Amino acid sequence: MQITVTLNGSDQTHDVEPRTLLVDFIRTKGELTGTHIGCDTTSCGACTVLLDGTPVKSCTMLAVQADGRAVTTVEGLKRADGLHPLQAAFKQEHGLQCGFCTPGMMLVGAALLEQNPAPTEDDVRWAISGNICRCTGYMNIVKAIRAAGAEMATS
Amino acid sequence: MFPSSFDYVAARSVEEAVAAKAGAGDDARVLAGGQSLIPMMKMRLAAPAQLVDINRVPGLDALERTNGQLRVGALVRHADIARSDLAFGAIASAAPWISDPLVRNLGTLCGSVAHCDPEGDWNSVLLATGADVVARGPSGERTIPITDFVVDFFTNALRDDEMVTEVRIPVPNGRSGGSYQKLERKVGDYATVAVAAHLELGGTGAIARAGVALTAVVPKNTKVTAAENVLVGNHPSTELFEEAAELAAQASEPRDDVRGSAEWKRNVVRVFTRRALTAAAAQAQQG
Amino acid sequence: MTLTQKPSTPPEIGGIGHSVRRHEDDRFIVGQGRYLDDHTLPGMLHMAILRSPLPHARINSIDTSAAAAVDGVVAVVTGELLAQYNLAWMPTLSGDTQAVLATDKVRFQGQEVAAVVATDPYIAEDALELIEVDYEPLPVITSPQQSLAADAVLIRDDKEGQTSNLVYEWEAGDGAATEVAFARADRVVSLETHYPRSHPSPLETCGCLADVNSATGQATIYMTSQAPHAIRTVFAMVAGLPEQNIRIISPDIGGGFGNKVPVYPGYVVATAASLVIGKPVKWVESRSENLISTGFARDYHMKGELALTNDGRILALRVQMLSDQGAFYADAQPTQFRAGLFHVVTGSYDFPAAHVQCRGAYTNKAPGGVAYRCSFRITEASYLIERLVQTAAYELGIDPADIRFKNFIQPDQFPYETPTGFVYDSGDYPTALRSALDAIGYEKLRAEQAAARDEGRFVGIGIAHFTEAVGAGPSKKYDILGLKMIDSAELRVHPTGKAILKLGVRSQGQGHETTFAQIVADELGIPVTDIKVVEGDTDNTPYGLGTYASRSTPVAGAAAAVVSRKIADKARKIAAHLLEAADDDIELQNGVFSVKGTPGRSVTIADVSLAAYTNLPDGMEYGLEDVHYYDPPNLTYPYGSYVVVVDVDPETGVWKARRVVALDDCGVRINPMIVEGQIHGGLTEGFAKSSMQWITFDEEGNCSGSNFMDYLIPTAWETPRFELLETCTPSPHHPIGAKGVGESATVGSPAAYVNAVIDAVAHLGVRNIDMPLLPDRVWSAIQSARATGG
Repeated sequence: MQITVTLNGSDQTHDVEPRTLLVDFIRTKGELTGTHIGCDTTSCGACTVLLDGTPVKSCTMLAVQADGRAVTTVEGLKRADGLHPLQAAFKQEHGLQCGFCTPGMMLVGAALLEQNPAPTEDDVRWAISGNICRCTGYMNIVKAIRAAGAEMATS
Repeated sequence: MFPSSFDYVAARSVEEAVAAKAGAGDDARVLAGGQSLIPMMKMRLAAPAQLVDINRVPGLDALERTNGQLRVGALVRHADIARSDLAFGAIASAAPWISDPLVRNLGTLCGSVAHCDPEGDWNSVLLATGADVVARGPSGERTIPITDFVVDFFTNALRDDEMVTEVRIPVPNGRSGGSYQKLERKVGDYATVAVAAHLELGGTGAIARAGVALTAVVPKNTKVTAAENVLVGNHPSTELFEEAAELAAQASEPRDDVRGSAEWKRNVVRVFTRRALTAAAAQAQQG
Repeated sequence: MTLTQKPSTPPEIGGIGHSVRRHEDDRFIVGQGRYLDDHTLPGMLHMAILRSPLPHARINSIDTSAAAAVDGVVAVVTGELLAQYNLAWMPTLSGDTQAVLATDKVRFQGQEVAAVVATDPYIAEDALELIEVDYEPLPVITSPQQSLAADAVLIRDDKEGQTSNLVYEWEAGDGAATEVAFARADRVVSLETHYPRSHPSPLETCGCLADVNSATGQATIYMTSQAPHAIRTVFAMVAGLPEQNIRIISPDIGGGFGNKVPVYPGYVVATAASLVIGKPVKWVESRSENLISTGFARDYHMKGELALTNDGRILALRVQMLSDQGAFYADAQPTQFRAGLFHVVTGSYDFPAAHVQCRGAYTNKAPGGVAYRCSFRITEASYLIERLVQTAAYELGIDPADIRFKNFIQPDQFPYETPTGFVYDSGDYPTALRSALDAIGYEKLRAEQAAARDEGRFVGIGIAHFTEAVGAGPSKKYDILGLKMIDSAELRVHPTGKAILKLGVRSQGQGHETTFAQIVADELGIPVTDIKVVEGDTDNTPYGLGTYASRSTPVAGAAAAVVSRKIADKARKIAAHLLEAADDDIELQNGVFSVKGTPGRSVTIADVSLAAYTNLPDGMEYGLEDVHYYDPPNLTYPYGSYVVVVDVDPETGVWKARRVVALDDCGVRINPMIVEGQIHGGLTEGFAKSSMQWITFDEEGNCSGSNFMDYLIPTAWETPRFELLETCTPSPHHPIGAKGVGESATVGSPAAYVNAVIDAVAHLGVRNIDMPLLPDRVWSAIQSARATGG
């Protein structure tokens, strides 16, 4: 069936099988490969995207469910004037190593900061607890998200 | 991992959804949050011929208190409940511990209730609080007490042509409290052991109503009537809660598995029942 | 030893010691990393693999007709078909053989049986369901003890001359001297423990995209490989393809941790399929495939005994180890050492005698034995000795810190030869442990622990002091399948003074693009931002054995330093020519060549670079380029002291790590920020394995831990917070004094967590709980200790 998904602000209309997973739609039809697949069982969050601003796991959603809705991926985080503060903070605080979980972590961070501009360490750890990182031990991810919050508050 | 092919119906109304479901018989599944169903389809443990997507049905996302009931529509997500001021007692206590934050953004209470996974949390909470499930079929609506709705391991009381539209949880009038104690190995894990407790106090401070239910240590979410009976009519006390906890432990039927031995799980039921009742009583006595 | 190090270059050059922000991050933070699955080629097909549901069964027949008839299916591959090309079996990195697609029987649950190649991955998976395999179940062996029993069914009946399930027997140390020491010991303390099976499970699974050009025979294979050069050589041997016709490209890798070292059947089948079909074929594992079939780690059953004097001096160590190898012996480790570097089990202690006896057995489990964030079985060794020393402390009534101080190798004993033949390069262990204890407030915690016990609360303080042996390795001892474990670096400085550094190793998140550039920056004074680092393409990088076992910095990092020095030597001559001075009078500092004693006369590295292509002294070859193959004279020996505090709930056995203090000494830190990141990751792995992350099997051989719902990876919520400390004892033989660090915390920390939980309940008489320390195991240990009146 034909669906239209607003992907990072631009409408993407494609024919898909109903069983097509949203993550495959984004990666294949949308040609955006920053959204990753890590586990298949809704456990790891590497496939996290924002659905109308809310973080969800795109491997556990059908593309047809996103028909008419807005999806933001890591490629949509960047602002007209440069990097999103989260992107800058992840680099500055060494919040990534292999980079595979990073898009998901940043998108969850973006949604969190939207609701809670000055999260505590526990707030951040709780918010990212649906996302697995195998490299960093989370220390610097937490630091990066909090640093981005502070940066966004002052700018 | 990818699901098998299926027909997809995006229902625009409950009537449309029910009609689609009735047309496909037991080969159709309702898609609400999809957080249990889609993984099962990807692992090809489920291969429905038809999916009836109810996410575009207006009105099913209502979470409200009316007529002394907390009404949870079929599209109310776990996250909606976790952040709502309307949730109370064991419901408010359980909501943040459902799966993980992202799953809570899509998964629904009604979907979890209908799934009847004995390791699922909500049915124990509903058993403890005495909720009703509202089902709609071609011939109209019926209200099913949760005790009747949970039939067995992954089996509910719905007919093939029915779907859950709402869950109604009675809101206590007087002083009440509740708690959900869950032992999970990590965020996102199913419960290894969990206990829901709900207490309502009468004017004298004695327990007027009590609900205790178990998750993951029984073949289906189960109300511990023996424990409830011991509680009702008595004033909260450590001894009373220990007695109830012992009855809950006896009512549990845990099994040895990779999460731990049956003996340990039974012990955790005992400890968690006591802790849940203690927390529930403290909350009731404050309010 | 110094407590900290200071960089010698200014920040704008960004040499060693600067926490330079990572170059590779620029693409990752915007979603422009290019991992394996992000690659597509015209006409690309997709492959899916059918796996055995049974752990041990004879295959009577395979019917692929229904699968082949599915619209969109291009080919169905079986072992029978591969056998026609002599590809049904392949060698493992340990010199054993492994079935690519099963022909005779399946030997573990999840083994590769057939593959479908289709136009779409969804269709490929649909077709898998239509393949019918007639299996005849065989008895299942799920433990190495069972496996070595006299009446055990023979798992490897495919191997000529194999009459039992024994894989190897290997020993190190001096048995006779050890027996003598035990005979005169006051006390013997023993510990039997199992280091459970685990899996590296990087967040990106394994996969490949094989593109064989039927006209030229050129095979370009994109592959999630930590060791692309070694894999190319193995591929040439397996497939009989000319090595120059194979190009392995290892793109951005989403974590490896040892999982991406071996050759997997999927790689071979996809390449064969591409060769036969004439189109590119992509294969990407599901998470479940990754967990049930690719390189597992650990699974060592260990018994250790210490001979001691009454006052706690260690006299000798005796170890017996039995490893569960799964159905194919596929450890990725040096040929000479059948149990890897497990014989480093004497740890950080000075005693004269040790005897280590190892055996491995086949079982009906997945093959592997990879070094999961570990230098070849050092994790198991470190765990055993640190648990054993702790046990001895309780048995002798000595404080667990004191027994370590009493037996440490002293700073003036380095280089120190251990009784099993390692020569530790440098260290100051007492300072490290003292600093870690002071940071956590050890004595105060002991007082709190005593007070808590009086109230019925259990607090535990766990110590682990590990010594690692990394950077394999010297060519006289270290090879894999005969390939010496050297590594290389190729450096070219362009006419404009910018540089490209090419290496045989492959980063999987360790930050090579930054740290290796820092080494060159430090040597030549070229700003770090002007140096591009290239890895992972066998056609465009010099040969090397790859990134695992913490060997990149000790071996390739050394190569980068040495090749920079070769370039500096030539550059100095060019500078002398430009400055009209003698070669010996030229000094290089921070990218400026000056004449000794004449500060005004100088040229920059950029000037020299241009001259290398435009204006040379007579007789000199043009260009500023060189390559160096580094053969390390010894391993390097990083070490650390970790202290963990836990609170244990006596009612449920649930425990939480309250504090984790980790002091690491990895010699000179090239990029302190990256080093700390590596340690954070390792401390998390240690927590994971001590608390929840394991793979186990039921009696029928069914794998539990076959997806992330059962194989538990801790989230930010469970993971403790870490407090890091450092000392710096440079490696005396490494060109820049660095030691490897990527695995230190994975190696060292499990014992610290476990020792902490045991410490919380040691007063009851508990001495051992096997990992993972699930609450029920802790609770049961408390119950049985109480029942026996401990």
